[in-house]
Amino acid sequence: MNGLLAPNAGPASLPRRIMQQGRYETVTMLRNGEQLILAIVLPLMALVGLVVTPLLDGLGASRVDTATPGILALCAMSTAFTGQGIATGFDRRYGVLRFLSTTPLGRGGLIAGKILAVLVVLFLQVLVVGAVAGFLGWQPRPEAWLPGLGLLVLGAAAFTALGLLVAGTVRPEATLAITNLLWILLGALGGIVVPADRLPAVLQGIVHFLPSGALGQGLRDTFLQGMIPLPAVLILLLWTVLAGGAAIRWFKWN
Amino acid sequence: MASLDGKMLRVVSGLSLVAERGQVTALLGANGAGKTTTLECAQGLQKRTGGSISLLGADPDTAGAELRARVGVMLQDGGLPPSARPIPLLRHVAGMYKSPMDVDALVERLGINQFSRTGVRRLSGGQKQRLALAAALVGNPEILFLDEPSAGLDPQSRQMVFELIAELRDAGMGIVLTTHLMDDAERLADYVYIIDRGHNVAEGTVAELLRHDHSADSGASDRTLYFDAPAGLDFTGVIGAGLSITESRSGSYAITGAITPADLAALTAWWAERNIMPASLRLESRSLEDVFLDISGRDLR
Repeated sequence: MNGLLAPNAGPASLPRRIMQQGRYETVTMLRNGEQLILAIVLPLMALVGLVVTPLLDGLGASRVDTATPGILALCAMSTAFTGQGIATGFDRRYGVLRFLSTTPLGRGGLIAGKILAVLVVLFLQVLVVGAVAGFLGWQPRPEAWLPGLGLLVLGAAAFTALGLLVAGTVRPEATLAITNLLWILLGALGGIVVPADRLPAVLQGIVHFLPSGALGQGLRDTFLQGMIPLPAVLILLLWTVLAGGAAIRWFKWN
Repeated sequence: MASLDGKMLRVVSGLSLVAERGQVTALLGANGAGKTTTLECAQGLQKRTGGSISLLGADPDTAGAELRARVGVMLQDGGLPPSARPIPLLRHVAGMYKSPMDVDALVERLGINQFSRTGVRRLSGGQKQRLALAAALVGNPEILFLDEPSAGLDPQSRQMVFELIAELRDAGMGIVLTTHLMDDAERLADYVYIIDRGHNVAEGTVAELLRHDHSADSGASDRTLYFDAPAGLDFTGVIGAGLSITESRSGSYAITGAITPADLAALTAWWAERNIMPASLRLESRSLEDVFLDISGRDLR
């Protein structure tokens, strides 16, 4: 083997393996044009749309102050649910999950790497959306950033668990359809960018219990009123535990 | 050794095998015989419902990163992301190990630099196989599992891959591969398990399997003598009684059995007396394929 073969020295450390996978998944996500449209372009278009139309008028705050927290929530749904779900579905189809789970990375490291990539992309989205919103006049309460980002991470956890559940149980084509359709439906009617009291009466009762409604309203409460919305936190935790448990139970690796 | 639960379907049962370091162990069987299932249980990719597996002294179902670092796996479908490029992908996999192989040297050795700028999606079958082999090797494994390593390889790639496998074996790596190609097993394997319907039905070195006659009790090695000569010759009394002779097409003969030098001498002397010159003459030993077909039958699976 011309000196290629050396004694086996074991796996890289667990943090190193997760960082490695996280970086790889992040670069893959950012290189994918469709993912970028979903993660950056569509949320920015929605932000501009909400700022130039009177849809959010009369809620007591400026249009951009009302719109931006919901757009951040939309970003979490784009990356954690739709983007990551579709990528995982196709990785499963092509045997990538099976191959990587035979390396020292393992199944746990693979999931951890995906979560890391979601968080990195979400951070970049917050930077871009925050900058554009600031340019449009967004004035978030400074003390709202810490709880706001915490809530955003919790929302990303709930959407990651849901995305993995879909990706691990149905064919990748179905994952593509389901996650895109839900992105549109929840984005428009799920209480994520449009507050519940601007939605049709039949939806008002249920959107608070959806991860989209809980995250959207939770972030609006945080950034507009500076209050930590405990019900939203509990609802997102519940979704994370339920969807995460279901994903662990039913995820098919091949 | 292993069985798959699924729809209460036992794909593999009553199968027992041992693979040694510094040896190529081949699982030989038809499609659906249970080769991949066996391998996937050993790799921890499928949970077995019974039996036991010891991989470097540990149970693959509960294996941690330490064990996985010592085992390289090449899956039948490759498992490579279609959007990736070969070298960044290999560097990524190499990053999972404390002291991986030199990626540049590995890339050079397997000829991957010829297509390093092409995405996995657009690689040919043979190129994908070479890349998957590199990905399985990059961590310096002690045990290497190869599921159908020669599938889709052109003759040059096949030669390259076979030479590499032999070198790895000589360097002390334990290699377990599956194949349904007899030629692969004859050229590569130190020890062969023939698998049929989830059982191992025969095992041994290639030489042992060839020597052993599974179809009759003659005990001698089987040979076949093919020749073309005038049609309708009657060889009764010319050759040994234990040999069978068939004339598959008019003038095309095959003598099968434990052909001895004396049989050859008698046959050629008989031709000389009658001034018969055969148009072709070919002596073949029993092949692993014959052994395999004798054991597992000739029905299509």
